[in-house]
Amino acid sequence: MEIVIYGVINSVTLVLMALGFTLVYGVSRLPNFAHGALYVVAGYLTWIFMNRLGLNYGLSVLFALIVTGLIGAAIYQFVLIRVRGMPISEIIASYAIGLAILEGLRWGGLKGSTFTLPPFVEGSVEILGVSVDFQRLLVVLIGAVMMSSLWLFVTRTRLGLALKGMAQDERAALTLGIDSDRMAVVAMALGSGLAGLAAVTLFPLGNIVVEAGYNVLIMAVAVCIVGGLGSWTGAVLAAFLIGFAQILTVVYLGAHFQVVVALIAIIITLVLRPSGLFGRQKELEERV
Amino acid sequence: MAVEQKDRRKERLDRGIKVRSDGVYAIASWAEISYLVAPRLIFILGLLAAPILLTPVPYWQKVLSIICIYSLLAISFDFLANYVGLVSLGGGFYIGVGAYVAALLNMKLGAPIFITIPAATVVGAAICTVFFLPCLPLRGVYFAIVSLMFPLLAARVIEALDIFGGTDGIVGVDGFSSVWMEQYLLIIAVLLSVFFLRRMITEDVGLVFSGVKDNDQAVKASGINITRYKALGIFIASSLGCFGGAVLSHIYMWAGISQFALDFSIIPIAATVVGGGGTLIGPVIGCLILVPISELLRDFGTLRIAVYAIILTMFIVYKSEGIMVFASRKYEQFERWVSI
Repeated sequence: MEIVIYGVINSVTLVLMALGFTLVYGVSRLPNFAHGALYVVAGYLTWIFMNRLGLNYGLSVLFALIVTGLIGAAIYQFVLIRVRGMPISEIIASYAIGLAILEGLRWGGLKGSTFTLPPFVEGSVEILGVSVDFQRLLVVLIGAVMMSSLWLFVTRTRLGLALKGMAQDERAALTLGIDSDRMAVVAMALGSGLAGLAAVTLFPLGNIVVEAGYNVLIMAVAVCIVGGLGSWTGAVLAAFLIGFAQILTVVYLGAHFQVVVALIAIIITLVLRPSGLFGRQKELEERV
Repeated sequence: MAVEQKDRRKERLDRGIKVRSDGVYAIASWAEISYLVAPRLIFILGLLAAPILLTPVPYWQKVLSIICIYSLLAISFDFLANYVGLVSLGGGFYIGVGAYVAALLNMKLGAPIFITIPAATVVGAAICTVFFLPCLPLRGVYFAIVSLMFPLLAARVIEALDIFGGTDGIVGVDGFSSVWMEQYLLIIAVLLSVFFLRRMITEDVGLVFSGVKDNDQAVKASGINITRYKALGIFIASSLGCFGGAVLSHIYMWAGISQFALDFSIIPIAATVVGGGGTLIGPVIGCLILVPISELLRDFGTLRIAVYAIILTMFIVYKSEGIMVFASRKYEQFERWVSI
């Protein structure tokens, strides 16, 4: 029972981590390797707003999300826009930005004392004989709400449909008057905001540390590759696959192997089915 | 950035001396000969003289060794990315494998340095090639991501299984008998690998490599096994990295998990971008600039990673051709504005 409950929680955690990354890649074919850095930035900003500026929790989360979104948009608008269409340059540039942010934070901000965010709701509850604290339940809840509202957003709203149009066929979308670059900026802002949301939901479970940025990046990439880059159903499915596999290895093999699972999953997927579980775009041409 | 005027364009013409020295007139006079030879000679002699000039400051002699190791990695990255078409972000994997093989040979079998280094180069490269073999059908971004995973995976596996000394690493590897041997071994390795790789890319095998890069389907259609050529490319590149790793483990007298670190994957890429990709000499120049900067910033801890990440971003966004391409253009051509 424990395995099932913690498996679900772990899987939803992975979904939250990966959602922003897969959104940006799905819309603009831009592998945003600064994703992990934005995640840490959001957590750190929330902490700053709360402890240095004395705002209340809800307000600081809100501001942190907005600022993170703006940072994401700025990264695209001022840097990445110049290397669009050169995949390797995109990766190197965004990874370098992420590295600069993370290591800059390690040097200038996140050092010395430990940085923690309080959980939204204290306490724990017993479900089917397993005790689960409210924050973890909230993670599942927020994850579910995010997934469904994102789905509603891309199928019901004008902006969402424009984003989806870009994802499916950039040229056709251009002929219909959808501005490619503006949509990419919106996607980056939204994706960064999602990374921030994941951060403020997940950081109360532990400390705000720089290493979280690298872990989140690895996990987001793992989930997206296994699920098929740019496919949201695939990402969710892959998150559950990897999430349960991780919990199983932790229970039966030991905690050391938790990250290895994700890496092995990536390698197996790329070797056996390079386009991922649900990837359909130009399989043969692009990858193999 | 200057605003471009509409009614003019920049014209680039080869310099006369460049055209003459391309052909048989290269040996017509001392001017042509020195035009061709001078830049190469300055580079080679400068590198060979560096250890002697740095004798008063032993610390910077050590830095020179590190520069050479990074240069080897950067050359291998440049070769793989620009001539074979495989962007390998896993430089740390080559270094780590080379270091561990050399350390194990030295500690377990008691082999002396002049056996461990060549053996680690060949055996390490073979190990790297075998590990990368399943990933060779992948292209572009996907190969890059998988190769980035390899060093991380190797470090975690060694940590988790507690093999090869676990987190402590293998301590007590033999050191070099003299600092000169260490320096000149590395410098000559850098010079030789630049020399031979620059010649290899114009040979038949080099042509097949660039064919694999530009259009692998066409190469396949000519009845050439592209996976074999990619494996060969990986072997060549990883042998450079493993050599560097083997020497590194003898310099530090230690092999450990940190030799799979991200540094070995990032600095060579930054050096290649800064120095100019596709030139094979550019990466060395990039390392000569970046590694000292990173050493000067050592007091600031992780800030140095942030600094060269920013340098890397600036170069890739604003000056993606790199120093070497820029310099050789200025050396070979003159530019002028022409009105249209």
